[in-house]
Amino acid sequence: MKTGSERLCLGIESTADDFGVGIATFQGKILANVADSYVPTEGGIHPREAARHHAEVSDGVLREALEKAGVTPHDLDVICFAQGPGLGPCLRTGATVARALATYLGIPLVGVNHSVAHIEVGKLQTGAGDPVTLYVSGGNTIVTAYEAGRYRVFGETLDIALGNCLDVFAREAGLKQAKGMPLGAALEQLAKEGKMLLRLPYVVKGMDLSLSGLLTAAVSLLRKGDCRLEDVCYSLQEHAFSMVTEVTERALAHTEKKEVLLTGGVASNQRLQNMLSIIAGEHDAKFNVVPRQYATDNGAMIAWTGVLAYIHGLATPVEESYVKLRWRVDKVDVPWLT
Amino acid sequence: MVDITERTLLKKGAEASLFVADWHGRRVVIKTRLPKKYRPEKLDLTIRTYRTVHEPQLMSEAKKAGVPTPTIFQVDVENATIVMEFVEGKQLKQLLGSFSPKEREQVCFLVGELIGKLHRHGVVHGDLTTSNMIFGTDGRIFFVDFGLGEKNSELEARGVDLHLLKRALQSTHYQFADECFQTVMKGYAAFVGEAETKDVLSKIREIERRGRYVDERRQDVPA
Repeated sequence: MKTGSERLCLGIESTADDFGVGIATFQGKILANVADSYVPTEGGIHPREAARHHAEVSDGVLREALEKAGVTPHDLDVICFAQGPGLGPCLRTGATVARALATYLGIPLVGVNHSVAHIEVGKLQTGAGDPVTLYVSGGNTIVTAYEAGRYRVFGETLDIALGNCLDVFAREAGLKQAKGMPLGAALEQLAKEGKMLLRLPYVVKGMDLSLSGLLTAAVSLLRKGDCRLEDVCYSLQEHAFSMVTEVTERALAHTEKKEVLLTGGVASNQRLQNMLSIIAGEHDAKFNVVPRQYATDNGAMIAWTGVLAYIHGLATPVEESYVKLRWRVDKVDVPWLT
Repeated sequence: MVDITERTLLKKGAEASLFVADWHGRRVVIKTRLPKKYRPEKLDLTIRTYRTVHEPQLMSEAKKAGVPTPTIFQVDVENATIVMEFVEGKQLKQLLGSFSPKEREQVCFLVGELIGKLHRHGVVHGDLTTSNMIFGTDGRIFFVDFGLGEKNSELEARGVDLHLLKRALQSTHYQFADECFQTVMKGYAAFVGEAETKDVLSKIREIERRGRYVDERRQDVPA
């Protein structure tokens, strides 16, 4: 509920399969965080199908968010949206809604970097100040930390993202996605029943890592059919998570920061949380993990990052609000940290 | 077993702990890869053993190629421990910022030549960062930490090796990363030749394009 003259920001997230709307106060209180996800009938995300889904649900999600927050559109002060990185058709759908709202209401528009938003919402929710962040999702696998005006990338995947690796494997194994039950969660359940560690590739190159070979090897173990599915799930997780944990630890040792933040969709995995908390402990760093409702893509993280940008003088004129499909986290100035 | 009882911790890295000790009258570094509790024991042992065996082999190969590396005195596979020469000097990471532009250019050129020698000999370092280069008091540059390296002369492996250096420069020395990398590649070309360098550079671009959300990827498609 909006109290008195509190200023409000509405954020729209639509980089991939989720259409989300969040409303945040300028003080960082999340008043609403509503999402509707596109669930493909088979295979992965089809960008055009996902965009169609977003266009269909946008009206309802917006209404629900405003209702939950107990505000009307005229109470809003800023509209922001995920400007990238992500899938083109999906990004454009969210951007169109945001532009229309901002123009109609006559209030500023702010384009937000999706990766920065995952970090900022993690910091907001956990109280972390200056962490080494492991951001793992379906589209990103990045080890990043703030240094001189920007989030610098210390390590990243050389090919596919961690969430992508787990999802593709899960689909190959015949696991099904449902609303509220992502593929990764289904895989995690099976992995808990795994007992035998099978041999799979472990590829760390400097601070970067490669997951495509691991995925191929795990899928071929599965197809051979002489291993328990639970064991393959377990071995895949152990190898992939050990790799990201190793590079995160290297960034932690290199930067000597005293906090670790785990964010993004894969952050909900308890085994990954467990591994990262161990390395944090070994380096006397505090371990933080983003709460589940802010781990997957959500509108609240866009709203909050929009607040940070807006109060530091950043706004995006409509004519510059084109979407940026490949907008790297280390290309974004974050003046609120300097 | 390494029979040294007195040792002082030099650096607790992410992967290994480095100690300084006296070994038969010599100053040595003891590098121990301690067990990592976060990963399964079996996987942990495989990784630590593999790296402990390969690192000294690659360091000796590097020497043959004309790249200074610390001399190995003892390898204790069971305890994932290597005893090696202590090199007097400083990490390039600490020095690069304090150099004059001229000095920086000379050092980067030399680094490029050394990487060229390594690659020509069929060795990739696997973790080329300025923390892993020691600027010796004798003026030589030593390469250390070959734990992630391999014997590999494929263009792909050389491209990844240099791509990693470029990325490391960008995250650690962002003020002059581009300038440094260009000079490194000049030094590289001076040793391996222009033609081969051109191939490696275009491979690096290909590797960059593979990554997600990279500007270089499909530049012809408007966002």
